[in-house]
Amino acid sequence: MQGSILRGPRLVALFLAGCLLFNYPVLALFDRPVELFGLPLLFVYLFAAWFGLIALMAWIIERRRD
Amino acid sequence: MTLAPLLAVVALLYLGLLFAVAWWADRRADQQRSVIANPTVYALSMAVYCTTWTFYGSVGRAAGSGVGFLPIYLGPTLVMALGWFLLLKMIRSAKANRITSIADFIASRYGKSQLLGGLATVIAVVGVVPYISLQLKAVSGSLGILLQQPAALLPRHDAAQPFFADSTFYIALILAAFTVLFGTRHLDATERHEGMVAAVALESVVKLVAFSAAGLFVTYGLYDGFGDIFQRAQAVERLRVLAGSLAAGQGYATWFSLTLLAALAMLFLPRQFQVAVVENVNESHLKRAIWLFPLYLLLINVFVLPITLGGLLRFSGQGVDADTFVLTLPVAAHQDALALLVFIGGLSAATGMVIVETIALSTMVCNDLVMPLLLRWTGLAQGGARDLSGLLLAIRRGAILAILLLGYLYFRLAGEAYALVGIGLISFAAVAQFAPAMIGGLYWRGGTRDGALAGLSAGFLVWGYTLLLPSFAKSGWLPASFLTDGPFALGLLRPQQLFGLTGLDEISHSLFWSLCANLGAYVVVSLRRPPTAVEAGQARLFVDALKLSRPVGVALWRGRADSGELQTLVGRFLGPERARAAFAGYARRHGVADPATLEADADLVHFAESQLAGAIGSASARAVVASVAQEEPLSPAEVMEILDEASQLRRYSRELERKSQQLEAATHQLTAANARLQELDRLKDDFMSSVTHELRTPLTSIRALSEILRDDPDIPPPERQRFHTIIVGETERLTRLVNQTLDLAKIESGNAEWHTTEIDLKQLVAQSAEATGQLFRDKEVALSLELPERVPPLLADRDRLIQVMLNLLSNAAKFVGRGGKVTVRLAETPEGLRVDVADNGKGIAPEEQQLIFERFRQGGGMTDKPAGTGLGLPISRHIIEHFGGRLWVESVPGAGATFSFVLPRAAVGQ
Repeated sequence: MQGSILRGPRLVALFLAGCLLFNYPVLALFDRPVELFGLPLLFVYLFAAWFGLIALMAWIIERRRD
Repeated sequence: MTLAPLLAVVALLYLGLLFAVAWWADRRADQQRSVIANPTVYALSMAVYCTTWTFYGSVGRAAGSGVGFLPIYLGPTLVMALGWFLLLKMIRSAKANRITSIADFIASRYGKSQLLGGLATVIAVVGVVPYISLQLKAVSGSLGILLQQPAALLPRHDAAQPFFADSTFYIALILAAFTVLFGTRHLDATERHEGMVAAVALESVVKLVAFSAAGLFVTYGLYDGFGDIFQRAQAVERLRVLAGSLAAGQGYATWFSLTLLAALAMLFLPRQFQVAVVENVNESHLKRAIWLFPLYLLLINVFVLPITLGGLLRFSGQGVDADTFVLTLPVAAHQDALALLVFIGGLSAATGMVIVETIALSTMVCNDLVMPLLLRWTGLAQGGARDLSGLLLAIRRGAILAILLLGYLYFRLAGEAYALVGIGLISFAAVAQFAPAMIGGLYWRGGTRDGALAGLSAGFLVWGYTLLLPSFAKSGWLPASFLTDGPFALGLLRPQQLFGLTGLDEISHSLFWSLCANLGAYVVVSLRRPPTAVEAGQARLFVDALKLSRPVGVALWRGRADSGELQTLVGRFLGPERARAAFAGYARRHGVADPATLEADADLVHFAESQLAGAIGSASARAVVASVAQEEPLSPAEVMEILDEASQLRRYSRELERKSQQLEAATHQLTAANARLQELDRLKDDFMSSVTHELRTPLTSIRALSEILRDDPDIPPPERQRFHTIIVGETERLTRLVNQTLDLAKIESGNAEWHTTEIDLKQLVAQSAEATGQLFRDKEVALSLELPERVPPLLADRDRLIQVMLNLLSNAAKFVGRGGKVTVRLAETPEGLRVDVADNGKGIAPEEQQLIFERFRQGGGMTDKPAGTGLGLPISRHIIEHFGGRLWVESVPGAGATFSFVLPRAAVGQ
């Protein structure tokens, strides 16, 4: 399982970022009755941040080299 | 819709299909063409995480708390980011120690303790039973809806109904039979089930497709897209809050604790451990699973909120259970085919979970609960039946049936009090109790068996008290006052407000107290005494799993054993045939022809133990091996010594490897240098023979002519004069040859003297042309100069450059025919100053164009060897290269040759 020596630290950083994004107080910033594209802000935020996180995970883990 | 028969046929056909897929995958595995050795299949098998909880329950949860169903999937997503460390380490240590279940893992980590393995098994079984009842409830509910439509409610369970009239009971039996067929057809030493994994991966696809189909139908069939549903929900006060806010059902504390709970469950649920760790074929598959599994979770959740809102809008006030919306919405819209697909999807979610979970649990029950007891009570290892593999399978089959019946029992006792997610969360909180012992065991050497025992027991007891008992109380099986007033009316001990803690939901409350008790007991008790020898040894195997290249367990055994007895022992549990094959393979690897003559050393004992560990768990394996082998106990000091020795040996071997690599590199360099020296030696020999040959030719002619002159006084004077002229010419040639040889040797050895001055190349070329003018006039060759107005000065050795020019010009004069034409051009190019000496002689053949720059190689072939030493061009080339330029020739045979050299403007002689 070779790979960039930075892969591990990057994933840990992503984990920490995810913990921040999906918890109080960051979550509270989006927990308000505002709409985006006709959808509730919180709904859009959760799925967008979730998808972003997964995309970054895929990018970090699958990229060939630095 | 035609009812029961059609449903039964479709469901049985689907289960048959799964079975066929499993059978096919097993066959492929036997042929060494595994279908599950694929990262995508691995990621999909992990999606067994999504059960009917996800399929039906998420919508029910969302109906109560809006986006509050999401932490169950965000937790695993976050944990997968750490999967690179955590899961990889679990996989490595599990493979190195032939671990087959989570109880085995914990038992093995803390010194192969049977007691610990048993406790972990009890926790897993008791904890997961509610989860299995959830699947039964969901399947029987979905069946009920399809059978009893249009009364689309989860059927209220009639407690008075005897179990044999209850369809759920038969569902449990069918699932048990199905699982037995799936997972326990034969005994495998590694406890891997390729067929099961293939079927589970297929089921993951089916449930995603079915749920998405229902979601698309509700979102775009019943309504006009996401925006439309959310806009309509805005009009209803309660739904507006639900759709767009966390505050609807729960606070941030619940959100956090559910995320944590799901993250831990993702790692420590027996079925997740089974698919992610035990069934892992290749650890590099983890790479894709790290992002693909979270992506699966995201996809299966996209439509949850639209379905929830759609259902709430449509069934407003009709009392339809939100847990059933996924199915009741298509049924209410008379979409029979879709309803059937959704039913199959739900069945997939349930069967996948039940199969993997009960197989994992049955392995634990057999290896860590029943086997130790049987071994203790009956001395099974010594005598009795010859082949116990049949008994092992029977125990597992019995365990599967018992676990499903327990699930059914829980469903009867407590299933009605909770929504689907509520039941599942109770199980999540139970398996979260494994976290301290597991994570601590992977990263902390100091954890001991006693600590793990204390932590697990404390956490399990608190969990039972704060979650399991209340679930019974809510179903009326325990008095309700147990919840409201506490046991014996002790208010402080109220199970859901323990010590007066309020403000948390029941799951967060239980999680807080149980993890506090668990972690606290684990750490405090572990710190009471240092680890024993065995614990320290095992700790090393797990904590350093990513560093160890080879298990050091072998080194930690000392004693006497008999190879025949060992083989018989393994044969009792695996079957004599398998044991014979395994021992023969071992003997072959160690270069011994007959397994009977194997030396029963620590290596062989370790081999036998690890074979048994696959079948009956590490703790039991250690116990039965101990019954035939006399082990001499090692003291902690000895263990540490061996471990240190092992690590020192590793260090030495790494050092050795590094040294040998260096040595190899040095050998390479030496070989290259030697080859170069031999080449140089050969060149020197060639040179010497060429020089002597060149010297001999003029000497021979001088000597011959001199002898004629001496011996024959009657030679006429004109003839004598001619001879003298030849002798003088040959002598001059000799002198020139010797001078040039010396010159070349000096240049090549770097001993030549260079007098660098600023020179004007234009003037130098003109001067050289003038000096050779007579030569050209003698041969009637036209020499023309094409020189620019002025050129920048150069730093070089004037005499040496003149030597080059004279060489090139005299060569041109030599090779151009009478009446020929020679042109000398000087030009400024980007590379530097360039001089061309072009003739229109007969040219040089392509194969000779490089040769003429070698010593004593002259152009024109051997037959008409022209005058000259054959050293002029090599010397010229050395001179030009000394000033950083280059000298080359371009020629078309028959059309003349052009010798050119370029000197860089900045040329400075050294």
